[in-house]
Amino acid sequence: MGKNKGLYQEKVSFFKKVKKNIPLLVMLIPSLVLIITFSYIPMAGIVIAFKKYNYQAGIFGSPWNGFSNFRYMILSNKLWPLTRNTLLYNAVFIVMGLVCEVGFAIILNEITHKAFKKTAQTMMFLPHFISWVVVATIVLNIFGDHGVLNNLLNSMGLESVNIYSKAKEWPIVMVLMKLWKSTGYGSVVYLAAIVGISPEIYEAAKIDGANIWQRIHNITLPCLKPNIVTMLLLAVGGIFRGDFGMFYQLVGNNQILLQTSDILDTFVYRSMMSTSNMGMAAAAGLYQSVLCFITINLVNYIIKKVDPDYALY
Amino acid sequence: MKVKHSGHKIKTSMDIKVFNFIGYLLTAVFAIVCVIPFYLVLIGSFTKEKQILTKGFSFFLSIKDFALDGYRCILKSPQSIFSAYGVTIYVTLLGTVLAILIVTMTGYVLSRPDFPWRNKFSFFYFFTTLFSGGLVPWYLLCTKFLHFNNHLYALIIPGLFSVWNMIISKSFMKGIPYELVESAKMDGASEWTVYAKIMMPLSKPLVATLALFTALGYWNDWYNCMLYINDNTKWNLQYMLQNILNSAESMTRIANQTGVVVATLPTESMKMAMTVIATGPIILLYPFLQKYFVKGMTIGSVKG
Repeated sequence: MGKNKGLYQEKVSFFKKVKKNIPLLVMLIPSLVLIITFSYIPMAGIVIAFKKYNYQAGIFGSPWNGFSNFRYMILSNKLWPLTRNTLLYNAVFIVMGLVCEVGFAIILNEITHKAFKKTAQTMMFLPHFISWVVVATIVLNIFGDHGVLNNLLNSMGLESVNIYSKAKEWPIVMVLMKLWKSTGYGSVVYLAAIVGISPEIYEAAKIDGANIWQRIHNITLPCLKPNIVTMLLLAVGGIFRGDFGMFYQLVGNNQILLQTSDILDTFVYRSMMSTSNMGMAAAAGLYQSVLCFITINLVNYIIKKVDPDYALY
Repeated sequence: MKVKHSGHKIKTSMDIKVFNFIGYLLTAVFAIVCVIPFYLVLIGSFTKEKQILTKGFSFFLSIKDFALDGYRCILKSPQSIFSAYGVTIYVTLLGTVLAILIVTMTGYVLSRPDFPWRNKFSFFYFFTTLFSGGLVPWYLLCTKFLHFNNHLYALIIPGLFSVWNMIISKSFMKGIPYELVESAKMDGASEWTVYAKIMMPLSKPLVATLALFTALGYWNDWYNCMLYINDNTKWNLQYMLQNILNSAESMTRIANQTGVVVATLPTESMKMAMTVIATGPIILLYPFLQKYFVKGMTIGSVKG
C-alpha cells in the first residue's frame, strides 16, 4: 500500500510539475515541432537505405532489398575515394586553418597601431560574409580561362593554365579559397581569448627578460590551449562532414575535377538528383551519418579518458 | 635614470621590432589579399566583353576598355532582379524575426534553473547535432509530405531553428541573475511577461548577434532554393546568380527577354555584373555591421 501511495504521489507531483510549467512548455513547442519534423522524423527515413525506392510506392510502400544498396555502393568503387577525399580535405582545412587563425590572432594582438589593426581586421573578415556562389565567381575571375592569373601569365610570355581541367592541382585552389574565406573570422575566437589573458603575466615575463617569442611560446599558447583543444575536438568530430556549399559551388559537375574533389556530401546530393537512385543515395548518406556519429563519440570518449575537462558532452 | 630606462627599452625591443615587422607585413598582405578579389570582380563587371575574351580579366581598367554591357543586359529586364531582391529581403526579414523568437524562447526555458526537465530537453536538442538521417529522407519529407516545392516558406522554415544558436542563447541567459525572474514573478508577472519584458531587453547583445548571423544565413542561402524552387519568379538572389554563372539555360532566358542572340551576349561581364548586383548591398552595409559580428563571435565562444 505504501508503495502504491508513493506511485500515486509521484504521478500527482508529475502532473503538478507539468501544470506549473505549462507556459514554459508552450514556449518549447515551436522548436520541438521543428526539431522533431526536420531531425527526428528523417531519422526514421533511413529505412530507404535498405529499400528499392520508387517514387510512386513511397518510402514505406517500396520493397525491401536488404543490403544491396550498400553492396552496389561498395562495388562501384566510389566509397573509398569519397571517404578519403572528405577526410583529407577536412584534415588539411583543420590543420592549416588552425595555424593561420592562431597565428593571425597572436599577430593582431601585438599590433598596437589602432587604425591599422581595425582596418586590417575589417578587410580580413570580409570574405566570411559572402556566399560560396560569390566565391565561385571570384575563382572564375582569377583562375578561369579568361582569368587574371592567365592574363598575368600571358603578359609575362608564359602559357595559359586551364586550372579547371587540372584535377591534381585543384585541391590547392580549394585550400586557398577555404583559408581565404575563414581565416580572418576564425581568428576572432582566439584573439578574444588572448585579450582575456591577464596582462600581469606578460609584465612579469617581460621583467624577467623573456623575449616576445618566449612569451608567445610560454604564455600565449598555453593560455590558448583550452580554446584550441575545444575547436579541434569539434572539427575532428565532424571530419567526415564536408562543406557541401564550397564543393558544390567550386567544383560543380566538372567531371575532371570530381576525380579529386568529390566528397561524400556532394556525392549524396548528385546521386539523389541525377541518377534518381534514391536507395543508393540514402545508403551513402547513412554511411556518412554513422561514420560521423562514431567519430564524434570516439573523440569524446578518448578526451574524457585523457582530460574530462575538455569533454564535449 | 632616464637614460638607463630607455637603454633597457631598446635592448628588449629588438625582438619586438622583428616580430612587428613580420606581423605588420603579414597582416597587410593578407588584408589586401582578402579584399582584392572584390576589386577584381568589380573591375571585371565594367570591362568590355571583347577585352575579356581576348586578354582576360585584368588588374587595371583603362578607359577604352570601359563598358556597361554586362549591367545593361541584366537590367534590360529588371523585373527578375527586383523579384529576386524581393524574395531575398522578404525571406531574410521574416525568417530572422521568427528564428530569433523561436531560438530565444527555447534558450530561455532551458536556461531556467527551476525548469524540471531542462537536461532531458537539452539532450533531445543536442542529439540532433550528433546524428542525422541524412539528406535523402529529409529531402523526401520536405517534398513529398510538406510540399515545399515552389513555396517561399521552403526558404524560411529550414533555417528557423539552430541548435548552436539555442546553446548560445541558453548560456547567455544563464548569465542573467535568476533573482530578476523570481522577483518579477512574485510581483505577479506571467512567464510570457518575464520573457518579453525582462529577458529580451536584457539580452539585447545576444539578439543583435543572433539577428545578424541569422540574417546573413538567409541572405546567402541558395541551397534551399536549389532544392525546392523551380519557378524562376521565386528565385532568390544567390540562386539567380548561381544560375547565371552555371547554366546556359538562364543565359538563353535573358537573351529571349532582351532580344539579343545568345552568342552575342556579354556572358563573362554579365556574370561579374550580376555578382556585383547581388553582393553590393551586403558589402556596403558590412563596415557598419562588422563590430556587432565581432562582439557576437565572442558571445558565441562562451562554452555552453
